Amino acid sequence: MKSAEELVEELKSALPGVDVALVVNPSPSAQHSLRVAAEDALRVAAYLRDQAGYDYCSNATGVDWLDKETSEKVKTTRTVSKQVDGVEQMVEEVVEETVKRVEPGFLEAVYHLYSMKRGHSDPHPPLVLRMRTENRADRVELPSLTPVWRSAEFQEREIFDLYGIVFKGHRDLRRLLMWEEFEDHPMRRDYVDPDDYEYEPTPHDEVLKRAEEHRAQMAAAEGAR
Amino acid sequence: MAVEPDLKIELGKQGVFVTTLNELYNWGRRNSVWPMQFGLACCAIEMIATTMARYDLARFGAEVFRPSPRQADLMIISGTVTKKMAPQVVRLYNQMAEPRYVIAMGACAISGGPFKQGYNVLKGIDRYIPVDVHIPGCPPRPEALIHAFMTLQKKIAAQPLTGESRPRHLDALAQGEFPVPVPSAHDLEPPVNRLVWPLPAGAATAGSGETA
Repeated sequence: MKSAEELVEELKSALPGVDVALVVNPSPSAQHSLRVAAEDALRVAAYLRDQAGYDYCSNATGVDWLDKETSEKVKTTRTVSKQVDGVEQMVEEVVEETVKRVEPGFLEAVYHLYSMKRGHSDPHPPLVLRMRTENRADRVELPSLTPVWRSAEFQEREIFDLYGIVFKGHRDLRRLLMWEEFEDHPMRRDYVDPDDYEYEPTPHDEVLKRAEEHRAQMAAAEGAR
Repeated sequence: MAVEPDLKIELGKQGVFVTTLNELYNWGRRNSVWPMQFGLACCAIEMIATTMARYDLARFGAEVFRPSPRQADLMIISGTVTKKMAPQVVRLYNQMAEPRYVIAMGACAISGGPFKQGYNVLKGIDRYIPVDVHIPGCPPRPEALIHAFMTLQKKIAAQPLTGESRPRHLDALAQGEFPVPVPSAHDLEPPVNRLVWPLPAGAATAGSGETA
């Protein structure tokens, strides 16, 4: 069967205009994955199942990518007023500036596809398919791949529960693990768990920090009274 | 009024058996404690093993696991109590008839165990219902559960029928129902029942003493 690189080419020729890209995994395992645009996902998924032989979705999970801030040093020229030989003059000067750029974060749904038909005779590892949301806050919709692989149903519910990705076209999108009234998404990296650190007999590391914060808050509340 | 042990032995030699109502009552109660049949996680497997032939909990009069809280005297919290499950556990406890006892079995049930800092696990069931015996271990061996059971029997045997320290079922004013926590937006509400679980002594300074 084809490697991920070959599969990208095959998809591009079989489904013209489809937005598929290769995400390279630089580690020795070199398990590259396919990133597909949300609007093309169902077409690509159906092709992978029917034509490329990936008849089983063994795993679906989420990844939370926070906003990434990168700083870059850029040289620019500016006109500055300066005292030159005792006279005020406008002089051009090269200034080095640090430009900060924020790459917006996003949520990612990752599907591991496997071919039951080919099984162990397949020389290539299971295929990894990724979809990204537009951001982490309000545009978190992705198409559900449950109509293509039925086994994704509960796993998409779990992703919805823990990461907050809303799967359009899912037949029964409810929280799977947490209770219905729960509003947070605990596997997001900015999740803050409730402050119940009042009694930690053996605190260390992160727990020690939280316990100390809790004590400081209690002391402050005590002082205010 | 207890009979003096020496006198009791002496009378026994003469073929006279004396006891107190208190002792007789507790003797009957402690030897027919029927646990409730429910398990929460892997500790339940150890609990099941305890009831089987090798460990044989029936020796202590507790072989009858009742599938209804109405017929049970003892609740063995055998495993991780998730925040989603905690309201149901408290509700089951409320449905049990007095006198009732609770054994918190294993690291998870007593404190949250390895999942203590997780987002979904209660940091010990003693935050919502009174626990009589805590067993550490992950999971505790059947011997540990039997030890907890014997500890509970000793506790029942020592309960007086009258006075300040009489058990709840003999105290008409005692609180019988425990508030069931409500699942809400971020956590269970309330996160802890302070009447059952007052802040342990030294909790406010715990940790700072060790690091200082």
